[in-house]
Amino acid sequence: MKYIYYPGCSLKSTGRPYEESLLAVFKELQIPMEELHDWNCCGATSYMSVDELKAFGLAARNLALAESQNGINGNGDPDVHIVAPCSACYLVLIKTERYLKEYKNERKAVIKGLKTIGLDYNGKAVIRHPVDVLFNDIGLESIAKHIKKPLKGIKVASYYGCQMIRPFELFDPVHYPVTLDLLVDKLGATPLDWPLKTRCCGGSLTGTLHEAGMRLNYRLLSEAKKRGADMIITTCPLCQFNLECYQDRISSYTGKKIEMPILYFTQLVGLALGIPEKKLGIHRSFIRFPNFQALEMEV
Amino acid sequence: MTFSFLRTRKWKYQKPSRIEQDKTVRRRIKYESELDIGFREKIAKMAWGERLDSCMQCGTCSATCPVSHYMDYTPRRIIDMVRQGFKEEVLNSFTLWVCASCYSCTVECPRGIKITDVMYALKREAIKQGFHPKRFLIPMLASKFYKQVLRHGRQNEGRLILSLYLSANPLLLLRNSKLAFRLWRRGRMKLFEKGIRNKASIRKLLSSIERREEEPVQ
Ligand code: SF4
Ligand code: SF4
Repeated sequence: MKYIYYPGCSLKSTGRPYEESLLAVFKELQIPMEELHDWNCCGATSYMSVDELKAFGLAARNLALAESQNGINGNGDPDVHIVAPCSACYLVLIKTERYLKEYKNERKAVIKGLKTIGLDYNGKAVIRHPVDVLFNDIGLESIAKHIKKPLKGIKVASYYGCQMIRPFELFDPVHYPVTLDLLVDKLGATPLDWPLKTRCCGGSLTGTLHEAGMRLNYRLLSEAKKRGADMIITTCPLCQFNLECYQDRISSYTGKKIEMPILYFTQLVGLALGIPEKKLGIHRSFIRFPNFQALEMEV
Repeated sequence: MTFSFLRTRKWKYQKPSRIEQDKTVRRRIKYESELDIGFREKIAKMAWGERLDSCMQCGTCSATCPVSHYMDYTPRRIIDMVRQGFKEEVLNSFTLWVCASCYSCTVECPRGIKITDVMYALKREAIKQGFHPKRFLIPMLASKFYKQVLRHGRQNEGRLILSLYLSANPLLLLRNSKLAFRLWRRGRMKLFEKGIRNKASIRKLLSSIERREEEPVQ
């Protein structure tokens, strides 16, 4: 089975390190994956705010494309797995799938629309998050076999964010998710237990309602710092951006110096697998973890 | 240490009702005849709004909401006001635009109401009926996003924010220029990016869905 990779717009710009590290890690673990040809924007939260049916139609185009790319048009091979690393895309695609399943009339309208551009949708595509794939399909044990540099002595706070685990409980409990912590533990680092794992980072509020967004991020960062985290790992390009890029501003607002490296979880996995920093896009982060070089030396 | 940004600011938004504009003595309650009774049904018919009626006003949603202290009506009140038909107040409310779609309320609601989806439904209504204040960033972002995707099939964060700030408040550009530069230096920001190959297909798809929306789908 080949996974179909749906990058989404963020992974092509601000989230570039995520894409680089994700592809590198999947390659290292020999997980076959190819990019969805000619994918379009999933519509994110903004599209949903403008027009419901169109938002779902837009996202459904990707699902239909994925099905045709896997060559199942019509004869029902259930193995279309779309990997959507951005949490917002992930949720939008899942919601679209459910919407088309639950609302029959709207489904008809969307499918008719898709037919006008020569696509068909059967409802076979399954949407997966890379955390889900690594944890459930590949398994921690087989990841452990590939580890070259255990990340000893780093305290990692896993930040799950909102849309990967809410509102649907797909692979992790909504109130106390654990997958990332187990993964961190397997990589040799120390997972940090903290209460704000799934607290909102504000999403696009940091751009539109600046103060509110800054406040939410300040809470996350200061809590992680208070508990002695060396870094925070995220699963979503928007969370990573919010937590990382506004740190200097938050420091100047509050008068407290906050310097917390924010990595994508794939970057952390990549480091443990011994993939060079450059390939993981770590040189693109604003705040660097001081000991990465030391980790490299350890081998 | 100054926590200036932690204080709630007075936001510039349209007052909930125009009734209060003149200073004469006014009643503050609405009569039955002034309420929009069909409003509840309209919202309940949109995606995942069905369970609206079962709300028991427990307030769990407001309690879990990470931004409820920035709202003028808490999510609990919004739900009830929708049910009672306070259309103007709801659609004028700042709450809709503060909601960050974090789904905390949706997973906690003991009655299984999909509050986040109700908020989406209300946002759509407010945009459609022109209820949001001018030059207010959040709905502007939504419609800019909408247009960009319609044109290119994908969106480009750099250009989206640039055009948003340009038309809303160019001062914001100044404030964020350093951030933009830092992103660009690290190869994380591009202003030009090609969209999808088959751009016409997006327009065709969306316009065909639009046409069908007018006439009821059987
Ligand atoms: S949590 Fe649910 S039942 Fe309770 S007030 Fe909110 S919407 Fe109503
Ligand atoms: S989805 Fe919106 S209303 Fe609900 S808790 Fe999150 S921010 Fe509050």
